Amino acid sequence: MFGLKGSDFALFLVVAVLTLAAPFILNPFPETSSLAQFNGGYPDLMQRFVIFGIFAIGFNILFGLTGYLSFGHAAFLGVGSYAAIWMMKLLTMNVIPAIIMSVIIAGLFSLVVGWISLRRSGIYFSILTLAFAQMSYALAYSVLTPITGGETGLQPKLNDPRILDAAPEGGRIPQANLFGLDMGESRVWNVGDWAFTFNAGYYVAAVVMLVAFYLSIRIFRSPFGMMLRAVKSNQQRMNYTGLNSKPYTLAAFVISGMYAGLAGGLLVAMDTQVGPERMFWTASGEVVLMTILGGVGTLIGPVLGAGFIKYMENILSKINTTVLEGWFAFLPDGAADAVVAVLGLFVGKGWHLTLGLIFMIVVIFLPGGLVEGGRRMFRGRDRTATRKVKSGQTPPTSKPAE
Amino acid sequence: MEAILLQILNGLDKGSAYALIALGLTLIFGTLGVVNFAHGALFMIGAFSAVTLSRLLSTSYTVIDESRTDFLGNPLKVEMPYLHDWFGPEFGQAIINWSVPLAILFSIPIMVAVGFAMERGLIKHFYKRPHADQILVTFGLAIVLQEIVKAVYGANPIPTPAPPAFSGSFDFGALIGFDPLQIMYPYWRLVYFAFAILIIGAVFAFLRFTTFGMVVRAGMADRETVGLLGIDIDKRFTIMFAIAAVVAGLAGVMYAPINSPNYHMGMDFLVLSFVVVVVGGMGSLSGAVLAGFLLGILESFASMAQVIEVVPGINQIIIYLVAILILLTRPRGLMGRKGVMEE
Repeated sequence: MFGLKGSDFALFLVVAVLTLAAPFILNPFPETSSLAQFNGGYPDLMQRFVIFGIFAIGFNILFGLTGYLSFGHAAFLGVGSYAAIWMMKLLTMNVIPAIIMSVIIAGLFSLVVGWISLRRSGIYFSILTLAFAQMSYALAYSVLTPITGGETGLQPKLNDPRILDAAPEGGRIPQANLFGLDMGESRVWNVGDWAFTFNAGYYVAAVVMLVAFYLSIRIFRSPFGMMLRAVKSNQQRMNYTGLNSKPYTLAAFVISGMYAGLAGGLLVAMDTQVGPERMFWTASGEVVLMTILGGVGTLIGPVLGAGFIKYMENILSKINTTVLEGWFAFLPDGAADAVVAVLGLFVGKGWHLTLGLIFMIVVIFLPGGLVEGGRRMFRGRDRTATRKVKSGQTPPTSKPAE
Repeated sequence: MEAILLQILNGLDKGSAYALIALGLTLIFGTLGVVNFAHGALFMIGAFSAVTLSRLLSTSYTVIDESRTDFLGNPLKVEMPYLHDWFGPEFGQAIINWSVPLAILFSIPIMVAVGFAMERGLIKHFYKRPHADQILVTFGLAIVLQEIVKAVYGANPIPTPAPPAFSGSFDFGALIGFDPLQIMYPYWRLVYFAFAILIIGAVFAFLRFTTFGMVVRAGMADRETVGLLGIDIDKRFTIMFAIAAVVAGLAGVMYAPINSPNYHMGMDFLVLSFVVVVVGGMGSLSGAVLAGFLLGILESFASMAQVIEVVPGINQIIIYLVAILILLTRPRGLMGRKGVMEE
């Protein structure tokens, strides 16, 4: 269906259903219960899930398929964001031109960066992309202030031209919208103690993500995707067979840059602001984290990783010592204090520590990420079953299909 | 002329730090073949061991001085360091003032322990894994170390002064025959530069003139053959890792007075140090040192007001710009060897 194989179509369908039903799935706890703080179903967080999902899907097309580890992808996200905010300032608050422009500009920028960086491979490539991203960040912070707003960043202002829009009424800065549908608009549906929030912005972003996910499946299954895998497994042999790998890697780089730009444009469409810290190299590190955590080179991995990290970021950083004290109040005083002091290191402002630890554990024990972990659990069960049937035969040790 | 000399001097201290970190990175890469993204964290741990020692030394108790009163008329409370009691006020205060140089001794065992723990506990398991995995796991470790330091010492920079004997500046220009007061240079930066040269010299001499160093160099050239000769090369490489950790740690200790230690200083230096290593040539020790000083001085030249006037913002991007240019024109860096990291 839609040019997808049966299993791929099933995967796509599962992702689509999960994404569209996210306001229910992410809100499993009633508002009145003490577990309500673990609910992830509020618009801001759900938007981040899908937007960073797009970012990670795009990064995976480069890193997962070709093996080129870029440490500067946040630059494309940032450039896309700036392009989008300028469309909102100059043209219209409708998100369509903003998103289209962000993809185009990020694509052009990644074409330049990729054309230069892809002359080298391995760690040199990583350092080159890092250098470009850091340069963009430093320039956005200092010299390019007239374009980027420097440290304060950019927001739509009242006196912006916005030539396609009618003049704003009543001195209110107009909201980002899709042909009149306000991105910030939410409908809340109360069922008993549960409150499900349906946000227009989230659904726009979710539909974009599904399209992006569909495209990524098509790329993975296409002859082009096969070429990119060939680059990863043995570039030299590929060159010896008379194929020039450069156009393929460059195309992959530009595609993933465009995905990053798309994510940047969507971020602006949701919160209509942008600052240079979006391009800092830790932001590039974060998308690497998401992809690795979910599973490099798998279809669903990056989306899972992005969701996992953004969920942890939002939920863990909300837990503070007061909350912890509430949980452990049943313990004797001394023990409770000790437990709170230890756990306090890992939550609230210290959630990066948890992130770093999870990251190390995943790289050490589970290089394939969450997807690999899930697969191992299922396969482990299968293997014990086969062993029982054919005792004495070694189970197949071939690599799992990507 | 004065301006040029001044910029060269200004670039030396940052260049020294780059050179020391890049030297350690290259040592680790050359011996173990591991790309260590946690090396900046070692630099930071060094700086914070200076902070720790200075805090330990100035541990004090409160005494009530009846002879003096504060502005409310109450007897004045005075913080009395234990060292004053033990060694007398003058010598005790001198020890406190000299805490940063003393931290050199204090930090060596710490850095050796951290280095051993890192290599044996974590990096050992990553020799056979791809470089991307090594980068990622050490990157994760760097985050963890940085967050632990943040949890213990807080997020704000902690001023750690140099000994009073080295505070202030001296007139470098008058010393070499220029007009007085043209080129003022802080004493401590000169100390830092001399210290860096000393450490770099010591590492090179160690590798060049000792049997241990010879074996290590042989192992860097051909690990397998050295192993076949019956030498436990892994053990030597572990020791080299600890030495690299000590070099980074000492660079951090001595850097504390120049720039107050904060938890993200390691990451800030790491990114630049990697650029330095790549510019110098992956695997080349002298290349790393040379590129460290060169880039430090270049950065300082790019921060001159006259230069910024012509090319605004150049001071922010000069290092990256140079790195891109070098990588495109001399892919192996300034002094890179053939066949290192080219797969």
